[in-house]
Amino acid sequence: MIPPAHVSPHLSSPPQGRNVGDVVFKYAMLAFAVVVFSLVFLMTLEMVKGSQESIAKFGWSFLWTTTWDPVHDIYGALPFIYGTIVTSLIALTIALPLGIGVAIFLSEIAPRWIAEPCSFLVELLAAIPSIVYGLWGIFVMVPWMRLHGIPILSRTLGQFIPVFRGLPYGFGMLTAGVILAIMILPIITAITRDVLRSIPTTQREAALAIGATPWETTRIILGSARSGIVGATLLGLGRAVGETMAVTMVIGNRPEISAALFNPGYSMASVIANEFTEATSDLYISSLIEIALLLFVVTILLNALARLIVWSVSKKFKTA
Amino acid sequence: MPAKSRTYGWRRFKNSTMFMLSVASVLLAIAPLFLITFYTLSRGIGAINLDFFTQMPKPVGESGGGMANAIAGTGILIGLGCLFGLPVGISSGIYLAEYGDNPFGRTVRFLTDVLSGAPSIVVGVVAYVIVVLPMKHFSALAGGVALGILMIPTITRTTEEMIRLVPQSFREASLALGIPVWKTTLRIVLPTALKGITTGILLSIARAAGETAPLLFTALGNRFWSTSIMQPIASLTVFIYDYAKAPFEDWNRQAWAASFILITLIVALSALFRFVTRSRTS
Repeated sequence: MIPPAHVSPHLSSPPQGRNVGDVVFKYAMLAFAVVVFSLVFLMTLEMVKGSQESIAKFGWSFLWTTTWDPVHDIYGALPFIYGTIVTSLIALTIALPLGIGVAIFLSEIAPRWIAEPCSFLVELLAAIPSIVYGLWGIFVMVPWMRLHGIPILSRTLGQFIPVFRGLPYGFGMLTAGVILAIMILPIITAITRDVLRSIPTTQREAALAIGATPWETTRIILGSARSGIVGATLLGLGRAVGETMAVTMVIGNRPEISAALFNPGYSMASVIANEFTEATSDLYISSLIEIALLLFVVTILLNALARLIVWSVSKKFKTA
Repeated sequence: MPAKSRTYGWRRFKNSTMFMLSVASVLLAIAPLFLITFYTLSRGIGAINLDFFTQMPKPVGESGGGMANAIAGTGILIGLGCLFGLPVGISSGIYLAEYGDNPFGRTVRFLTDVLSGAPSIVVGVVAYVIVVLPMKHFSALAGGVALGILMIPTITRTTEEMIRLVPQSFREASLALGIPVWKTTLRIVLPTALKGITTGILLSIARAAGETAPLLFTALGNRFWSTSIMQPIASLTVFIYDYAKAPFEDWNRQAWAASFILITLIVALSALFRFVTRSRTS
């Protein structure tokens, strides 16, 4: 009998009289795995140490004060937190329906020979460096938003919804959100597609057999995949929150809290990218490191939660 | 009872509408890829010439010149990144594949997945704290550390997945001949998985070459020729960032050219990786 490929009984429990080389090798490999294991904790620790001064001085109020004044050494991160939340939400609003639509196409509609290249193209979007998105954003997206995108939105949606009013700068939270949407689309699509594919074909057959149309069948499948899609959304959110270069280049970099989406804003990642080398005082650096720490904790939690959800979904259907 | 709306005709109409929306979303999703490729190609290709690869950047305001120092700098940074990232990534990948079916292995696997979602700018901040602060100045070394940390999760997972694809019978055959486990792993399993691992590593190198955020305050940037790992060093991506913001048309063009080179590199390696892994699994 051949054991399944992922079980290696010989390796995990070697026979009596084990080879010295084997023991050395195993522990050497283990040592490196321990390095990877401790990386997350080491990173957190180093940033906690680096932000000590700012944590001691501002405490929790760092999170909800709006003054960012390097001249007087007063730092509050709210404008950046706000910018990060707004741009990420814009990105999700656009990318989530689009990503689910693409995933439905890849998993439920297209035959394999079309789905494969399409998957590849969408995944390539994730491979394009952030800086290239930023460059494209500055020279193509921003002018387009200023001349066409924003005027059209303020003429239509702006009539009813106040957040779509304002001057068309081009650089602003909306533009950043749109670019982020493009950047997080691949991960949302890929995870949703995998979750959809993991749902047993019997569910589809059952629905079709009682006379459901293909779309109604897909609705049922989407229902079964709901928690997996939540996981995909969280992963996308994690990406959007931490994305730096593209956002920095198009968001306008103004530490303001404004409800109008067309207005320039600032994000947590952008302020680190822009001000880190210019930070003169220790407290300034320390505050920027605290923002990085915050960003790290948030993205780690989002990713951990998302992985657990996606993992439990695929496990559920694998054993069923 | 919305009996009327549930007629067969309505259901069929809804069916085809939703599927057309699905196809439309695919087109909408792929459009940016073509737009970005189109713009980088049309604006970048004109600026690519021999000078771009062999000349140094010209002083502010003068046109011409190239990015020789940035190309060398990116190469050095990646070399340093590999120095830190490869041993850790490959070895922990071997551990996960061969010994990792236990709670510790599962935790490490989970943490690598989680770590791969950490923002690259945060990794830059960490490298700043652990390398730049003690040394008291920016350096290529700090940039290399940042890139190394960023590479670890992908290398670990690729190595693990490629090793798991090696048939169990290979290991059994080797062990049956009395060859010790460590030799079996290094001489039989690893070489069999080598093609997949190598392309996976190349892909993660290409991605690292596209990183900007972790280099901004570690390697910093440099307008002059430098190969010292203790000094600030230029990189293609930081050059793109600076040149994109600059008000000179020639600099903007060079930013597009550098983007073009990066994109070509990454797309080619992604395609290669996909080709290799697919021919392996099927």
